[in-house]
Amino acid sequence: MIIQFGSVEMHLNCTLRGPDGRSCSGSRMNRGKEMVRRMGMGQRKRKAVYLLFLFVVSGMIMGLFAGFSFKKVFMVENTDPCKPCEESAHLWVEHLNVSKIELHALASFFSESKQAASIQCTKETGPEEALVNGFACFLKVEFSKFPNIVNQYTILKEVASWKDQCPARNSSILWTDSSLFSVDEETLDFSALSLQSAFNQHFQQESSEMNPQGSQPNYFCWTLSSCLVLECRWVVVGIAASFIVLAISWMSPRGQGLKAISLVLLQHWQQNHLRNSTRSAGNWQRKLLVAFVLSGKLTSGWLLWHLNEKANLRREETLANMCDERASMLQDQFNVSMNHVHALAILVSTFHHGKHPSAIDQKTFGEYTERTAFDRPLTSGVAYAVKVPHSAREEFEKHHGWRIKKMETEDQSLVKDNIPEKLDPAPVQDEYAPVVFAQETVSHIISVDMMSGKEDRENILRARASGKAVLTSPFKLLKSNHLGVVLTFSVYDVDLSPDSTPEQRIEATVGYLGASYDVPSLVEKLLHQLAGKQMISVNVYDTTNGSEPITMYGTGVIDTGLVHISNLDFGDPLRKHEMHCRFKQKPPFPWTPVSASFAVLVITLLVGHIFHAAINRIAKVEEDCHAMMELKIRAEAADVAKSQFLATVSHEIRTPMNGVLGMLQMLMDTELDPNQQDYAKTAHDSGNNLIWLINQVLDQAKIESGRLELEKVPFDLCSVLDNVLSLFSGRSNEKQAESGIKTKEIEMAVYVSDKVPQVVTGDPGRFQQIVTNLMGNAIKFTNDKGHVFVTVHLADEVQNRTNVKDPVLRHSLNMVEDTSDATSNTLSGFRVVDRWKSWEKFEKLNDTSEPESVWVLVTVEDTGVGIPLSAQNRIFTPFMQVDSSTSRTYGGTGIGLSISKCLVDLMHGEIGFVSECGIGSTFSFAVPFGKYQMHPEDSKRQSYEPNVVEFKGIKALVIDRRSTRAEVTRCHLQRLGVLVDVVPSLQSAKTYISPSCGSREFCSYAMVLIDKDDWERECFLGLVSLFLNNGDDSRIKVSFRPKVFLLATTIDNHELPELKSIGFIDNVLIKPLRLSVLASCFQEALGHGQKKFADRKKVSNPGTLLKEKRILVVDDNLINRRVAEGALKKYGAIVTCVGSGKDALRLLHPPHDFDACFMDLRMPEMDGFEATRRVRQLEEEINSKIKSGEASAETFGNVVLWHVPMLAMTADVIQATNEECLKCGMDGYVSKPFEEQQLYSAVAQFFDATGKGSNPQFAVLWNVADIVLLLPRDLTRFGGLVILRLNKKFGGWWGEGIHMGRTSCVMNKQAGES
Amino acid sequence: MDALQLRRQLIEYTAELFSEGFLDEQFTQLQQLQDENNPDFVVEVVSLFFQDSERLLNELAKSLSQQEIDFKKMDAHVHQLKGSSSSVGAHRVQRSCISFRDFCNAKNVEGCLECLQKMKHEYSLVKDKLETFFDLEQQLSTTGGSPPPP
Repeated sequence: MIIQFGSVEMHLNCTLRGPDGRSCSGSRMNRGKEMVRRMGMGQRKRKAVYLLFLFVVSGMIMGLFAGFSFKKVFMVENTDPCKPCEESAHLWVEHLNVSKIELHALASFFSESKQAASIQCTKETGPEEALVNGFACFLKVEFSKFPNIVNQYTILKEVASWKDQCPARNSSILWTDSSLFSVDEETLDFSALSLQSAFNQHFQQESSEMNPQGSQPNYFCWTLSSCLVLECRWVVVGIAASFIVLAISWMSPRGQGLKAISLVLLQHWQQNHLRNSTRSAGNWQRKLLVAFVLSGKLTSGWLLWHLNEKANLRREETLANMCDERASMLQDQFNVSMNHVHALAILVSTFHHGKHPSAIDQKTFGEYTERTAFDRPLTSGVAYAVKVPHSAREEFEKHHGWRIKKMETEDQSLVKDNIPEKLDPAPVQDEYAPVVFAQETVSHIISVDMMSGKEDRENILRARASGKAVLTSPFKLLKSNHLGVVLTFSVYDVDLSPDSTPEQRIEATVGYLGASYDVPSLVEKLLHQLAGKQMISVNVYDTTNGSEPITMYGTGVIDTGLVHISNLDFGDPLRKHEMHCRFKQKPPFPWTPVSASFAVLVITLLVGHIFHAAINRIAKVEEDCHAMMELKIRAEAADVAKSQFLATVSHEIRTPMNGVLGMLQMLMDTELDPNQQDYAKTAHDSGNNLIWLINQVLDQAKIESGRLELEKVPFDLCSVLDNVLSLFSGRSNEKQAESGIKTKEIEMAVYVSDKVPQVVTGDPGRFQQIVTNLMGNAIKFTNDKGHVFVTVHLADEVQNRTNVKDPVLRHSLNMVEDTSDATSNTLSGFRVVDRWKSWEKFEKLNDTSEPESVWVLVTVEDTGVGIPLSAQNRIFTPFMQVDSSTSRTYGGTGIGLSISKCLVDLMHGEIGFVSECGIGSTFSFAVPFGKYQMHPEDSKRQSYEPNVVEFKGIKALVIDRRSTRAEVTRCHLQRLGVLVDVVPSLQSAKTYISPSCGSREFCSYAMVLIDKDDWERECFLGLVSLFLNNGDDSRIKVSFRPKVFLLATTIDNHELPELKSIGFIDNVLIKPLRLSVLASCFQEALGHGQKKFADRKKVSNPGTLLKEKRILVVDDNLINRRVAEGALKKYGAIVTCVGSGKDALRLLHPPHDFDACFMDLRMPEMDGFEATRRVRQLEEEINSKIKSGEASAETFGNVVLWHVPMLAMTADVIQATNEECLKCGMDGYVSKPFEEQQLYSAVAQFFDATGKGSNPQFAVLWNVADIVLLLPRDLTRFGGLVILRLNKKFGGWWGEGIHMGRTSCVMNKQAGES
Repeated sequence: MDALQLRRQLIEYTAELFSEGFLDEQFTQLQQLQDENNPDFVVEVVSLFFQDSERLLNELAKSLSQQEIDFKKMDAHVHQLKGSSSSVGAHRVQRSCISFRDFCNAKNVEGCLECLQKMKHEYSLVKDKLETFFDLEQQLSTTGGSPPPP
């Protein structure tokens, strides 16, 4: 029951406290979490977050206190119901009666008003059970509306059921009276209250009876422990909350919580720092922290005091309760006993004095009193003494047969078990009070005169005067030697009214009834019945004489601090009694308050420490930050200084160097003897080298400072590579010339996969720089023999090893797989490293996310010394070389690779290498270039390679036993438009072109290229004879045979004429192969005997074409006009300038006065396109008129077809407005400002070198023999095929192409003429 | 200052102009166009360029200062300036013109303003340089020295 009660109450506590405390702290914690989550959300919030954190911590502690104070309130509430308990405590004896009565009253009331509820329960068998259960049921129904008293209901139910099982107390009689009770609704509460209090009381008592050893202490302990548990819970919740906050902050995404916090705070403070208020903010934080810690300490002190105080208060209350309880019980028991004595007195009065003769004699009295002794458990005995006046003594003594005896001594405490007969007769007195009846236990005092004892006498006198019970002061009882008191009642012969005077009372007195009380046994017995007797010690004092209290009960006093004094009223107003209660033990050490306050203190200090650490850390970080900032500023200043220094110094060096170089150039222009010339040249070259080096260093600095910006222009990859090659071929030649001893036989080659677009967008200069650096290194570290091989592929081509289409890549792959054949397939026959490894680590290579870019993979392979493994990881570090000896042996600064890497990084590309000592290295880099939508007839490119078109369609045979090398040759030839067949050896070439295969194929080979390695004279003679034998073919003119070229890396000066003298070799091509070299060489060989090439070389100056030509320049820009005029005039043209399209239109009216018109495109009012369209429109009209005969040709200068050549002048050469130009009827364009070569090629379409050609529609083409060939040319420009016609004009073979479309009539006319 | 020294100075100065990118090949070509028939060709063209450029730069500044900026018109102006500068070989002016046009196409007013500043700066630089250059040439011709080969 106790446990249940406890648990119920605890539940109540929980439910009451839950919503207030826990959810509150929970929400705070949530806020805390949220705050930690938001940590990264902007500076302003951080401050708020920080404050919030403090707020949460303080709020948590406040919540702790609130919990305590709430508890206090609760405790007060809890004790409230005890007050009525106390008030009604005096009813405890009748507890059963009362409770039964009230129960019945309630039950009847309920059964009347709420029958439905009780009907369910009436089926029970016994009436009482029915009642109790019905009541319980009703309570269940009714009290469920009041959850607050559900716990009490539970108790009631428990008690009721318990009572059910305990039928010893018969209350069925009372139950029959239940209907008599009528209870209205207003008394319900009171009844319930009193019922509850009664039950509480009852419950307490019953429980104490059931478990007399320890239920009361248990109850006390329970209240104490429940408090402890609750307080501990709060402490734990507080600690947990603080740790959760900490944990959240530790787990915050920034990483370490403290760091995160400090970071946040740091940022916050950095912001403050910007406002120059860091210090004040820091002080503020510190003050806050100190205040926080102080308040925490104060709080913990207060908590200690408060809890201790509360515990003491509770202890006192408990003591008071127990003491009062005991006092009242003692008093009540005494009173009950007293009433019995009183009743006895009345009995004596009624039956002894009221009857004559007396109905009572000693025997009756003794028997009666003995048998009713259970009613007076506390009296040791009763006796009755009659009032005998002295006058009646004789008679009395005679009547009773004994003499009135005197008490032996005055001091009753010494009374012993003596025989009354031995006592002396009482001395003569006014009156006597001899004992006539006595209980058996005290029968020895019969015949003793009570008046003779001092105490008794006083007692008797007081008793008869007051008519009430009178007590003596404690004295030793006769037999038991216990302290006792004697209670005396006077017996009157008449029924006196309560307000009768003492005289009347004395008068009416007939005798005295005395009862002796054994106080210690009385108290002992009482205390035994109560719980908690082991906890407290009880002392009872008679304090009638205030200064000298007489101890009636209890042992020596042990001072344990608390004393509670309860007054006892035994019904005698003269006598005062007190009960003193003390705890037997000293108060236990107050663990709860101490631990709680200690926990608060610890938490405060902990939090304080955390913040202190954070603040310190912040301060430190701040300091560090300041230091860093300073360092940074200094470093930046140093960097700026360095850059300035570099810029200044390089400028300062370059300026005089320019002077030096210029002067040297001038010096070289003067007449010098060869020696001087050589010195001057050397000085000039050294100067150039120095400038180059300075530029490199500047580049490095520029790249490092991020100031280098990349261009984005379209460029031709191949031509860039050709540039690099020519650079190095020149250099290596020089080197050979210088060293003289042994020539470096390094074979250089460039291979560009045909997948790679010809033109891409990017920075050609930087691309060239990278390739140059890599190639320079390769050449530098390749000794004497071997090769440097540059290949360009698309990154896509190396994606898949298994599906490689490119022949060069395939060879390299085969070479790796088949090591036995390792040497045969490389460019020079030397072993090389596996190039595939060099781009293995590239990550971006597979990145095809940008469809607009082309990833170009460039590989530079050499057969040099290789890089030792130890040096490989620092190869891209500036100014790092393999070791210091490297620069001695090979020279160089070690900056090239670093710059290359920087540049590649800048282009968002990747660079890598693979190297083996003694075998060589392969460097690869992949860079993205922008795609360039190339026009099929990009004239710009054509202008670079003016002769390419002339080799289109020619077939060539390449004889080379090394397939890689053959592929390189093929690649270059293909760029010229030559169709290439490759055979590995002369023998196979022989079979290839043997008659069995049909000579038709062979006949179309215009040239044969043989590598010098494969040069075997005898065999070749056979080959040549083969050519000649087959030369009889009817369709081939006699003089024709394929030109034979020898491909050689180096060739001795004496070797060349020897070879040429044999007559088979038309020319020797010195590798590396370059487009320009190839083209010129082919031109020379193939154009042998053809005047055109010779002519062309001579007339490549536009001056020859433009002389005496009337040219109209249309440009709105005066300067451009002026410059164009100047330039054209220089070529001998007669120039007319106009400033607008309209003016041009006015002048350009057939018959034209001009041979050509150069038209700017962008002009105000009428732009170039519009003007051209108009002119063409006009021409068209006139042409059609002439054709239809509407107008005679004579009117228009006897020209049947008017078409003045109009060329656009544009600066945007590449961004091809080209197509638009052609669309609106222009014939081409010239770049602005004029470039000689381009101008020439542009105007050459219209004017021939002789200056006579007047038909602008004819283009000069190349032909091979006296046959008609169909060659595709200028498909877009002229819209069809050009018929090449042989025309023996001006002593040479000339081909004139005629436009098939509009000008077919002209062609026909001319054809007719020829 | 004798002719030889002047001549050397002129060569150095020219080399510097080229190496610093103020002038490009086109200027050499201009110089080549100058002959007996056209003795002041370069000076004439360049002074034309100065006039024209100043006009255009003013126009541009005016256009940019207006509330409603006519980017089309500005583009035309810049195109003109670009044409002229490329004709005389004022390389850096030409380059700044290109970036100006980019900004112009993007209708980026701030970029245009910035670029205009740059253009003005480049223009004044090249003007200074060219004037100095012509001064030197003038001095050289007055002292009777032959001009250096272009």
